Amino acid sequence: MAAPLTPAETRRRVDASLRRRYRTERLFRLYGLISVLLGVGFLVILFTTIIGNGYGAFRQSFVRLEIQFDPAVIDPDGTRTPDVLASADYSQLIKSSLRQLFPAAEDRASRRELNALVSSGGAYLLQKMVLADPGLLGQSRDLWLPADDEVDLFVKGSVPTGAAGSEQERLSAQQIGWISQLKAAGRLELRFNTTFFTAGDSREPELAGIWGATKGSFLMMLVTLFLAFPLGVAAAIYLEEFAPRSWLVDVIEVNINNLAAVPSIVFGLLGLAVFINFFGLPRSAPLVGGLVLTLMTLPVVIIASRAAIKSVPPSVREAALGVGASKMQMVFHHVLPLALPGMLTGAIIGMARALGESAPLLMIGMVAFIVEVPSGAMSPATALPVQIYLWADSPERAFVERTSAAIMVLLAFLLVMNAAAVWLRNRFEQRW
Amino acid sequence: MRLTTLALILIVMALAAFFLGRRRAIAIGGPPGAARKLHSLPKYHGYYASLWCVLPGLVVLLAWAALSDTLITSRVIDSLPEALRNQPEAQLSLTLNDIRNLAAGQMVDESRRAEFEVAAGLYTELRAASRRILSGLIIAVSFLGFAVAWGRLKPQFRARNHVELAIKVALIAASMVAILTTLGILLSVTFEAIRFFRQVPFADFLFGLNWSPQTAIRADQVGSSGAFGAVPLFAGTLLISGIALFVAVPIGLMIAIYLSEYAKPAVRRVVKPILEVLAGIPTVVYGYFAALTVAPVIRQVGASLGLDVASESALGAGLVMGVMIIPFVSSLSDDVINAVPRAMREGSYGLGATKSETIKRVILPAALPGIVGGVLLAASRAIGETMIVVMAAGLSANLTANPLESVTTVTVQIVTLLVGDQEFDSPKTLAAFALGLVLFVVTLILNIIALQVVRRYREQYD
Repeated sequence: MAAPLTPAETRRRVDASLRRRYRTERLFRLYGLISVLLGVGFLVILFTTIIGNGYGAFRQSFVRLEIQFDPAVIDPDGTRTPDVLASADYSQLIKSSLRQLFPAAEDRASRRELNALVSSGGAYLLQKMVLADPGLLGQSRDLWLPADDEVDLFVKGSVPTGAAGSEQERLSAQQIGWISQLKAAGRLELRFNTTFFTAGDSREPELAGIWGATKGSFLMMLVTLFLAFPLGVAAAIYLEEFAPRSWLVDVIEVNINNLAAVPSIVFGLLGLAVFINFFGLPRSAPLVGGLVLTLMTLPVVIIASRAAIKSVPPSVREAALGVGASKMQMVFHHVLPLALPGMLTGAIIGMARALGESAPLLMIGMVAFIVEVPSGAMSPATALPVQIYLWADSPERAFVERTSAAIMVLLAFLLVMNAAAVWLRNRFEQRW
Repeated sequence: MRLTTLALILIVMALAAFFLGRRRAIAIGGPPGAARKLHSLPKYHGYYASLWCVLPGLVVLLAWAALSDTLITSRVIDSLPEALRNQPEAQLSLTLNDIRNLAAGQMVDESRRAEFEVAAGLYTELRAASRRILSGLIIAVSFLGFAVAWGRLKPQFRARNHVELAIKVALIAASMVAILTTLGILLSVTFEAIRFFRQVPFADFLFGLNWSPQTAIRADQVGSSGAFGAVPLFAGTLLISGIALFVAVPIGLMIAIYLSEYAKPAVRRVVKPILEVLAGIPTVVYGYFAALTVAPVIRQVGASLGLDVASESALGAGLVMGVMIIPFVSSLSDDVINAVPRAMREGSYGLGATKSETIKRVILPAALPGIVGGVLLAASRAIGETMIVVMAAGLSANLTANPLESVTTVTVQIVTLLVGDQEFDSPKTLAAFALGLVLFVVTLILNIIALQVVRRYREQYD
């Protein structure tokens, strides 16, 4: 053994080691703080990127044009039958209106550039107007028509203006000149983009909307809610209140816990093999999507419902049985009403997860390009997250903006659902 | 009769049966309020009558739905001319399809219209007849069921017990759905995977180093036999999940430690829900963020350092996936850290240890099994994650450990093989199910181990 240390030496060593230990302590604490900041910081970056990219899509450039509904172009024979009115070349009206505004554009190339300023969907709008009211023929109207997506991006300043001549450039100098002339004349404006909320998908960004996908999602959620909630609650009631301790019940329990952690894409494979190939249900149908999401959500609902049932104190059960209720009456008259808020909270959280899910839907054909808004649970549809995936893959730059805007809408839905769950919990939570 | 009309009729009948049954119970049991001789409350007699009215009809409906189509089809086949009837199996099913389409009023090949017209007519006719018979049968059976129940309603009749038994059976059936789901997954995926392994040897799939899932259109085509060696996919999956865990485990763990040991309650109350928002964001949003924002940044940083980074690098997908599972790791670790008994902490402080020393030498070792379980669950999440890698990782199956290169994963390949139109006997489509089987088995094993570890750990301190 070494010689005993003097008190001063001991003191010095302890002080030194204390300094070192306090330094590690501070560092450790700092790492923790940095981790928290990293997590929160990432969330902030994510939200600012998406909102920064997406808020522009809620506004859209429109061009005000004076449209002459010229009978000679639409219906030269004067038949006025819907067939003739429907098949007429309405883009001609837009073209001639543009030509009146800019008579200087005379050669073919610059005419084509001029016509490219207005969306190709403009003709479709005019067609709808005439079909709704054939009396328009021969009249002239001042109309706001959607501008082309490249014009729209330029007006919003999403394209660097100094980029003219670079590879980024999609608009010619001439077109940019026209745009500023239109703006100066008050004929080019940013207005609220109603198309985005009311239209189905489209290859043209300025005509694409999320209503089709939203409705598809809504139909799927309806199927999921009507299947997963009753099934989940019933299963939870059986497992908590009635199931005897047996191997079968153990198997069911392990099963449910495992299903909650099975990758979602596997549920998609199940849906493809069973619902589509075996039962012959149609591809891309919200019904099939809803069924797949039901199977996926069911474990979540069961686990939450069981927790809610467990939190009802045994005294309630004993009191019910004591006044002569049967076991079934005890469960349905007393336990279930008390556990219902907790079950609903769990169901809403499960539904929120299902709403954001897209991988299994890719398997059952909900990625098809579908323009029409779905009319029922059997008609082809896509879902909101799948629409986001599809738009994210589109080459048009204007879809970047719309993808982010669709994400904002999806996140808003999720926020509302989760807020509802929290509200339910706080409103009805009972402490026993 | 339309199915909805039939359903409506059934509902009306069930309601009527309920009220009739209840009225009869009241009638035979004496006036309400007085001492009654009934065993069960009148409403249970009503429920009983109602159940007898609906359930037999439902059974008939299900049986009919399962059988009628095969019956009709075989009758239609019998009616076909000799030449059509003796076609090979696949041809015959195409012909039947045409007949069905024609019957549904859709377009068919005009040149063969005449051949099919008779059969299509027969098909429509048989279907209509089947519907009529079914409706009649269901209504008849419902009346019969109601009559049976009616005969049984007596004062001593134990209606409540019968109704409760029916409810209990329904509850058991509901809890069986979970088992059926697992069975469904296993059977469907295994069945298709076995068909795949008949065409591609098992060992070639599991140990082959080359993945290029093409099937030839013509037999003499160059590269007609696709290669189905899945090792590059497994390696890619491991690489990306590894990067994700490398990000998520330290950060998630430190967040859990900081929030449960250092942060003031007020801070904890604010920060915890904020971090849970990360877990609630749909994966497609992460995928979009990874592809659009993170990947270009990594590419630029790489370029400024003189590195050649693929635009769909494993690093980008892995980083974002890591962020996605941070809340997962942190909330699981938070649970286990809080489960470590207070006495252990206080013992350590009493010996003069600092907070970080207590955490590192006492709490973490005590919580280790639970944390390992959490990490395993996180790994299973990362392996099965689809949208982020579909959007941000590549399609080319490179066998590499370099995170800056593009790799592909099991889930990405499943999606690319199955999206779009497909025929169901080519190895290309079946390969997706084989991959799905591997994915299911691996995640299942990870989950079982993790759940077991977590559960045993919880019992240790309870």
